[in-house]
Amino acid sequence: MSVSITAGPAVSAGPAPAQRRRSRRRKRIEIALFAGPAFLVYVTFVLVPVALAAVYSFFRWNGLEALTDFIGLENYRRALSDPVFIGAIGHNLFVVVMSLIVQGPIAIGIALLLNRRLRGRTFFRVIIFIPYVLSEVIAALSWKLLLQPAGPFDTFLASIGLHGLKQLWLADGNVVLWTLFAVLTWKYVGFAIILFLAGLQGVPAELEEAGRIDGASWWQIQRYITIPLLAPTIRIWAFLSIIGSLQLFDMVWVLTGGGPAGATTTMATYMVQYGFQRSQLGFGSAVAVILFIISLAFALLYQRFVLRRDLQGPLSQGVR
Amino acid sequence: MTGLTDSRALTALDGAERDRRPRHRFDWSQPFVYVVALVIVGITVVPVAYIWINAFRTTAQINADAAAWPSPWLWQNFATVSTTSAFWTQVLNSTITALGTTAGVGILGVLAAFVIARYDFRGRDALYSLFTAGLLFPITVAILPLYLMLQGLGLVNTLAGVIIPQIAFQLPVTIIILVPFLRAIPVELEDAASIDGTSRFGFFWRIMLPLSGPGLVTVGVLAFVASWNAYLLPLLLLGDPTMQTLPLGVQLFSTQYSQDTALVLAFTTLAMLPAIIFFTIAQRNIVGGLTGAVKG
Repeated sequence: MSVSITAGPAVSAGPAPAQRRRSRRRKRIEIALFAGPAFLVYVTFVLVPVALAAVYSFFRWNGLEALTDFIGLENYRRALSDPVFIGAIGHNLFVVVMSLIVQGPIAIGIALLLNRRLRGRTFFRVIIFIPYVLSEVIAALSWKLLLQPAGPFDTFLASIGLHGLKQLWLADGNVVLWTLFAVLTWKYVGFAIILFLAGLQGVPAELEEAGRIDGASWWQIQRYITIPLLAPTIRIWAFLSIIGSLQLFDMVWVLTGGGPAGATTTMATYMVQYGFQRSQLGFGSAVAVILFIISLAFALLYQRFVLRRDLQGPLSQGVR
Repeated sequence: MTGLTDSRALTALDGAERDRRPRHRFDWSQPFVYVVALVIVGITVVPVAYIWINAFRTTAQINADAAAWPSPWLWQNFATVSTTSAFWTQVLNSTITALGTTAGVGILGVLAAFVIARYDFRGRDALYSLFTAGLLFPITVAILPLYLMLQGLGLVNTLAGVIIPQIAFQLPVTIIILVPFLRAIPVELEDAASIDGTSRFGFFWRIMLPLSGPGLVTVGVLAFVASWNAYLLPLLLLGDPTMQTLPLGVQLFSTQYSQDTALVLAFTTLAMLPAIIFFTIAQRNIVGGLTGAVKG
């Protein structure tokens, strides 16, 4: 008995030390070989440029001369005191808030409706997803064509007797932000619906069944069983939506170019305008850093207060 | 035994009773659902369909009446666009870029995810966090220095200049999706493989890769679509018309031919097709992958 006890640890200690050392070195080499390339590419082309943007933001610089004209926080002061840039932040926040309170409920409602045995469900899915698969450029150009003054959309309104609603959709500063939001909703609500439909597959049918047997109405089942169980998906969607809205560029750049008269400028279009078109790389970088800080603040607050439950220890599960 | 026959009798009775009722009680919510579904389909599809249908008319016809059915259906716009414009060059450029990005992201991503999911080492959590933090670094923030860097490397007006940064920026989401996939493969398989004398890489190659197929397809599809639709980086990097990708091509064409609406519509229609066909085929994988990612 005592023999087997002393033998125990020796056996579990495994191979001889030399062999273990060799296998440990081998493991290190494997880690470096496998993860190294991804790490290098990621650091070089993602982290380094972001860090460089932070450096450039302290200089007045056109990208050609040496980086010598250090001006401290002047670029930041200039951006934050430019009413156009403050307006741009406002436009981004408008899209953030409107997306959450308009697109969210629409998408949840449609997903709940479509989440039942329905003839041609695959067909609906494909159709609903079409705007999302189209590139922003193509979607924006299409809508630009449709919304031109006296264009197809106005003709359509007239044909259903709504002449009164006709607007200069893309040229009237009071209307254009709403137009932009409508086009964004058209483009992205399908993504939200698909996401929610995917989430709904994870809601066990037994629970809804149980609710029905207990006499709950359709609405009660959705309200008290399905939607709460869908909550993690909704929270992830909201996160993606917020970040996307803050970084809005492609659609705006093609649809309105930020105009008319800055009525749809976003932080990103403002940055490209100054950084590239006017070659003010230092100033453009400061704008990029502000955009990043705002995104980061949103992301951290959101993770801290909303997502904590969903992401709790993503590394603590199922890892040896 | 009696209990069993009883329950059988009950079932039979139940069945008989059910048969007496009309087979399908008419569910009033069902037509409502279809109406809603149709309205959504309409809002989604009509703008796209308008473009497709009017691409079969002439500009003169469109100017005379913005909304009418083509009569007869004319193919000449498509013929003009596909023979005279840079359309096919742009399709080729977009395809090369998307395939390059997808292959790069797939290979680099799965190897890194394998290490994060399957190796135990100091700094693993930090490595994973570093990659996940990448979700917060959009290409928009990095674009100015990135452009200068690519200029320094002589990659302006090359497809490689678009592919490599796209791989880098697609890595975070790829790794986030793949790690749970690779982690879910049971440890027992790995032990069995190692007892049978398989190396770590052999295990990865012969067991991990085949088993993580669905995850790989998902990240592949996401990378492909992201690259196919990318705008900002190609816009800044690919000034040379012979190097342009499809989104740039559509924009350029619509400015050049702004007077000839029908041609622009035809070009736009053609440019939409690859993405829609690709998505219709890959539809299942995207939805499946999203489910995995959300649960992950």
